[in-house]
Amino acid sequence: MKHDSLRTGLLWIGPWLLGFGIFTVLPVSLAIYYGFTDYTLLESPIPVGTQNYERMLHDEILGTVLWNTAIFGVLSIFFGSILSIALAALLSKPARFQSFWRAAVFAPSVLPLVAIAVIFKLGYDPDPEVGLANQMIDWFTFGAFQGPNWFGSGFWAMTALLLMSLWSVGPAVVIYLAGLRDVPKQLHEAASIDGVGPVGRFFHVVLPMISPVILFNVIIGVINAAQVFAVPLIMTGGGPERSTYFHSMYVYDQAFKFGDMGYASALGVLQFAIILTLTGLILLAGRKLVYYRGA
Amino acid sequence: MNQVHESNSARTTGFRVLLYSILGMVALTAFLPIIYMVGFSTGVADPTAPFGQGGAGETVGRTIENYQAVLTDENTDMPLYLRNTLIIAILGVGGTVISSAFVAYGFSRVRWRGRGVAFMTMLATMMIPFPVVMVPLFVMFREVGWIGTFAPLWVPAWFGNAFSIFLLRQFFMTIPRELDDAARIDGCGHLRNFFYIILPLSKPALLVVALLHFMFVWNDFLGPLVFLTHRDQFTLALGLQLYLSKLGQTPWNLLMAATAIMTAPVLLLFFIAQRTFVEGISTAGTKG
Repeated sequence: MKHDSLRTGLLWIGPWLLGFGIFTVLPVSLAIYYGFTDYTLLESPIPVGTQNYERMLHDEILGTVLWNTAIFGVLSIFFGSILSIALAALLSKPARFQSFWRAAVFAPSVLPLVAIAVIFKLGYDPDPEVGLANQMIDWFTFGAFQGPNWFGSGFWAMTALLLMSLWSVGPAVVIYLAGLRDVPKQLHEAASIDGVGPVGRFFHVVLPMISPVILFNVIIGVINAAQVFAVPLIMTGGGPERSTYFHSMYVYDQAFKFGDMGYASALGVLQFAIILTLTGLILLAGRKLVYYRGA
Repeated sequence: MNQVHESNSARTTGFRVLLYSILGMVALTAFLPIIYMVGFSTGVADPTAPFGQGGAGETVGRTIENYQAVLTDENTDMPLYLRNTLIIAILGVGGTVISSAFVAYGFSRVRWRGRGVAFMTMLATMMIPFPVVMVPLFVMFREVGWIGTFAPLWVPAWFGNAFSIFLLRQFFMTIPRELDDAARIDGCGHLRNFFYIILPLSKPALLVVALLHFMFVWNDFLGPLVFLTHRDQFTLALGLQLYLSKLGQTPWNLLMAATAIMTAPVLLLFFIAQRTFVEGISTAGTKG
């Protein structure tokens, strides 16, 4: 097999290379530069050194926003992983209409975020005659419990967002399904012969075998959770009292509401740095915790 | 012997019943928001209920007239938003499919020094959050006069999309090399090999990429929010949010009908192509 020239290769990936330069390298470099400036769009950016970053240290809203994003990220990834592994295990059982069951679990993930936000906004209406959530609570407890005023307190508003995030585990489930399919049958049988029960097999055979897939999904989860934007914006507008105000919303507001492009850029760079650091840490932890076949 | 067999089959039957009831419950839960939406959107609001809340709780009948009412409602312009979304989607889908396939060929069939590094770089770009590039892109697009036009929403698609390229590359790798070797012996260059051998064999993967981009455009909220300035250019996602913000004047059942109109096409597309779709996603996740 002969090699092609570098020129041929670069020509083929040319469209991406060009786009990478224009839509990635250039804006990321500009964001880093703007982060060190005072920039209002009305006049050219004025360099101010590390002023924007110093401002972050005393920015209480930033603290709130980072805390909310972290809480939402950790809990949605944790519960989302448990649910999606459980669903994948369920859907991997041979059953009739299998592709229908799988499609059903995946379907909510293809719904537009704005549509989901509108549906759940009504679904969380405190009046049990209107809101589905409180109607269900009413049914299942035979009227003994009254559902909360979901968007009335920070705790319930965050809970509401976390609960609805469980509807979008579809892609993760599909990826776990593929991971489960690749667990060798012989391992199951061998463990079975050694007298390991189904629960033991799950924890000692299946879980280690799919750990690379878990790692992959957790990283995707971190990248997505760090950017949560449309749903809280539409459902709660960040409230009550900023309890569901997330980092991306803050970046957007600083840029397009307050016109502070410099600070917004610095906040964006911070977000990127956090994602990079977390991904790095997860990969590092993965070296110890994840089992790679063939390694 | 017989007894053992019977108790075994009884256990299997019990297991089956359990399995299907759990599956049924899971599917029902998954569809719950959709059922709720359809239920609301077909409700006739109680005319005596206070306007604004739309008498959401007190529906007094079923109708599909709400859908008609939404399409002609003065507070929104769904047909226009639909047209705008479709324009952006079609321009973007064409671009993503063509450019991503081209680049994916370069990452799978062309052998060149530095390919691995370039490929890893491309994968790494998927980690860049949109808010980082949001401000600079706004500034750049403003510089070329693109703010308030559709261009920022579809032009970048013509430079390939990292995830689509990755998906197509994975698919191209599964096409036996003997095929292009044979073509090459017959005197086919890369370009002819790409058009006559690889592309025709990759229709399902190309379809997945097209679908994914279509859904991305259909669902995208932040992009249009940042780059579009005028109501006449709004996409369905922005239009729906605008409609929601007029809640004082918009009854809930009309809002839900609008949501259903926005949701139906993607759901339909998904169910038509669900097998191809689901396979596409799982390929991307496991063979990395």
